[in-house]
Amino acid sequence: MKIPSSIWTLLIGILLTLVSLWYGQNHDLLPKAASDEASLVDGLFNTMMTVSVGIFLVVEGVLIYTIIKYRRRAGDDKDGLPVHGNVPLEILWTAIPAIIVIGISVYSFDVYNEMGGFNPHAVHEAPMTPQAMKMPGAAIAATLTDTPASTKPNLNQEKSDEAMQDPATAAVRNADQIPQKQNAPGVGSVAPTIGPTPDKEGKPPALTVNVTGLQYAWIFTYPETSVTSGELHVPVGREVQINMTANDVIHAFWVPEFRLKQDAIPGRQSEIRFTPSKEGTYALICAELCGPYHGAMRSQVVVEKPETFAAWMKEQQVASNETLNQAIAVNPAELSPADFLAPHTHNMGIQPEILHQIHN
Amino acid sequence: MTQAQVQEKANIPAEIEEPGIRKWWEYFTFNTDHKVIGIQYLVSTFIFYCIGGVMADLVRTELRTPEVDFVTPEVYNSLFTLHATIMIFLWIVPAGAGFTNYVLPLMIGAKDMAFPRLNALAFWIIPPAGLMLIASLVVGDAPDAGWTSYPPLSLVTGQVGEGIWIMSVLLLGTSSILGAINFIVTLLKMRAPGIGFHQLPLFCWAAFATSALVLLSTPVLAAGLILLAFDLLAGTTFFNPTGGGDPVVYQHMFWFYSHPAVYIMILPFFGVISEVIPVHSRKPIFGYKAIAYSSLAISFLGLIVWAHHMFTSGIPGWLRMFFMITTMIIAVPTGIKIFSWLGTLWGGKLHLERPALLFAIGFVGTFVIGGISGVMLAAVPFDIHVHDTYFVVAHLHYVLFGGSVLGIYAAFYHWFPKMTGRMLNEFWGQVHFAFTIIGLNMTFLPMHKLGMMGMNRRIAQYDPQFTFLNEICTYGSYILAVSTFPFIINVIWSWMYGPKAGNNPWNALTLEWMTASPPAFENFDKPPVLATGPYDYGLENAREGVPLSDAEPILSAGTNSVLRANPDEPYPAIAAETDER
Ligand code: HEM
Ligand SMILES: [Cu+2]
Ligand SMILES: [Cu+2]
Repeated sequence: MKIPSSIWTLLIGILLTLVSLWYGQNHDLLPKAASDEASLVDGLFNTMMTVSVGIFLVVEGVLIYTIIKYRRRAGDDKDGLPVHGNVPLEILWTAIPAIIVIGISVYSFDVYNEMGGFNPHAVHEAPMTPQAMKMPGAAIAATLTDTPASTKPNLNQEKSDEAMQDPATAAVRNADQIPQKQNAPGVGSVAPTIGPTPDKEGKPPALTVNVTGLQYAWIFTYPETSVTSGELHVPVGREVQINMTANDVIHAFWVPEFRLKQDAIPGRQSEIRFTPSKEGTYALICAELCGPYHGAMRSQVVVEKPETFAAWMKEQQVASNETLNQAIAVNPAELSPADFLAPHTHNMGIQPEILHQIHN
Repeated sequence: MTQAQVQEKANIPAEIEEPGIRKWWEYFTFNTDHKVIGIQYLVSTFIFYCIGGVMADLVRTELRTPEVDFVTPEVYNSLFTLHATIMIFLWIVPAGAGFTNYVLPLMIGAKDMAFPRLNALAFWIIPPAGLMLIASLVVGDAPDAGWTSYPPLSLVTGQVGEGIWIMSVLLLGTSSILGAINFIVTLLKMRAPGIGFHQLPLFCWAAFATSALVLLSTPVLAAGLILLAFDLLAGTTFFNPTGGGDPVVYQHMFWFYSHPAVYIMILPFFGVISEVIPVHSRKPIFGYKAIAYSSLAISFLGLIVWAHHMFTSGIPGWLRMFFMITTMIIAVPTGIKIFSWLGTLWGGKLHLERPALLFAIGFVGTFVIGGISGVMLAAVPFDIHVHDTYFVVAHLHYVLFGGSVLGIYAAFYHWFPKMTGRMLNEFWGQVHFAFTIIGLNMTFLPMHKLGMMGMNRRIAQYDPQFTFLNEICTYGSYILAVSTFPFIINVIWSWMYGPKAGNNPWNALTLEWMTASPPAFENFDKPPVLATGPYDYGLENAREGVPLSDAEPILSAGTNSVLRANPDEPYPAIAAETDER
């Protein structure tokens, strides 16, 4: 019995769809999702994976089929059929990718909006925030706008200034200060932002943390308590806003479990807001090449119960000042990079042996 | 009579005792023959490929273990910086220019390029620029800020190395601009009579689209690099934030070139695949116009997508959406090409024993993976997660290796008989292909997962949980290294002792096959005539009931009806120009 080709096509189509759907949900390619944003991104990724597996199987399937079916048999020196084209077919395979990418675009747009990325509101509201005026080197900005200067201190700037006292940073930075611009479209600078999610728009975040990247460490300051730390602690389920900048070169803040990444750019401030959703300790990775020890620039994010967080915060309030004093007391320029990095790396899974190997 | 016989009869090939260049040392001189220059390009870029490949294997050897135990982190950074710079600026881009140089004038029936001396100059810029770059590794201050060379890092890592890098890339950019001008003028002005744009082989369309991109985008890179050099050497602060400069502006200027650069690296090989598949599967190309115009569409869209490399740096939220959409749209013309190639293979007589076709099929099969991951990367929320990770490294190698490099190999196997007059050994070509495909997928497939799980790129040490997958990648890269040996030996041996190829060993229809192998100086001994279209395979054995075809009207009009040019028309007016030489 000969099965008609339309039936074959149907059967193969159903099989392909099932395989794609299954793999799109069971690929195990991403680490666990530990923020509200991450679950959104994963939904998008699973959908793209489903479609991709389908396309992949179709293309490779056709290739393998033609290789088997249309290979030249020995002694057959004829040419193939002179088919030059087929307009309906060409329209069809232009339309299919077009529809797929429109679909993915709309879905991405939606996810991005849900994450708080598409936030034109912020740009319109704050054409130039006061920080730009107060910053060293921002004299041009003053002539371009008449927004009155704010009296609020730029905490991030203060943190940067402090970190700049560190001779090790100063050595690679080879200058004393980097002017900070935040949201100053007047001078061509807009803070790159993942803003509040639409439901939280207009509300202040539950917690704000200022982050400074420097070769090869992250410094976190909690402006409300003035605590400074080498690792990030956040309470689970509360929206956090990270304001980041860098002291020397570009770094990038990346927590794979949060699916979030943002460059920390010297001379600019970037912000991201997110809501951690699962307790645990996650790696915070610098994703932008920042020098030879870029691979060692790791820290950790601890997502903990609000009570534990409060306790930690208390502990830090006493401890952090001491550490800072100590850090400034030793002159890092005289330390080997291993020793300089040691306080930043000791508890992030990097063995001291590795650090020693780095410098041999 | 087959179509190939029809076409050959119209152009009884030149009978020349010792065709082409006569002495091996002419390859080391300032020759102005486009064929000599083409081979100069191909051989020297292949040498650079080997050097870049050794660096890749050193990088992979370091990454076999999570610790930094093979080279120092500084050397590691120099290695991947040079690896990428060499692969892009000294291998893929100039190799594309090399093939274009060799076959473009032949395909359009011209005697040479429009500006032969400019052509020689464009080539001779490359070796010194490349040697300078590699020498920087030896003098001990190699560039190590990545091939993107983002400030401020590139401003603080060492002036000498970075200065050499800028100088070298500027020179290479200049070379490709000179080449592009030449290709465009040649294509517009030197086609033999009767060859309109719609009679051009698709490789010429691709060359045209590529050259247009080079002309529009390279100057912006040059501007960016010159400003960077000022910052580096003269203490200005265009990009240096310590003086109020903006590093993000550099990224815009850099990617305004370097995104189009990936199309500069892939379009010529789209062209190659469109040549190789019809010849070796004995079928007309499916959807000629769709393929031709999609090259132009890609070229245009390529200019307005650059900021998708900057989704996580400093661009406003709404702008990310703009670049997401333009990037996604590129999938459409690219998809058209892929499906048209599948349509061409469908129902053909596939000469699977020929390495050129194997590499072309390998190209379609691997490139599609890079294309799919490209669409994923265009989706902003997902790109934010995987940007600057091994997912991107995987994507880029599926495109550049699974695309461009396989395309280069397909082109080598396809045109080698024309270039040297001798056949390559098929068996060793098949071995080469098998090793390449296995090594390629083994090296780069696991990187997708590595990136998504949390391995960032450009690092010498990594989280020990990734050890296993990295070992697979490393062993894969050794297979890739081994895979080049059958090729190199095959080429050298066959060039000297291989069986004679004859003028048209593949029974192809495009004009480059209608002259001697290798072609004599000035290519054709009389103006070539088009007797058939470039892809009219199989017209003589058309059966009734041809499915999916508009072939019948062409057949009923007679094979020679459309394209036959008048052989008595004067040869294109390049006499004056050639007399000068
Ligand atoms: C022999 C085969 C190859 C191997 C094993 C290989 C390996 C690698 C590896 C491991 C990296 C990542 C380095 C890092 O992030 O630390 C890399 C980067 C790169 N490779 Fe390759 N590669 C190969 C061939 C090619 C080819 C043919 C190209 C063609 C253009 C290419 C272009 C690049 C580029 C542009 C980068 C990015 C470098 C950067 O992040 O700065 N590679 N390669
Ligand atoms: Cu960093
Ligand atoms: Cu880094």
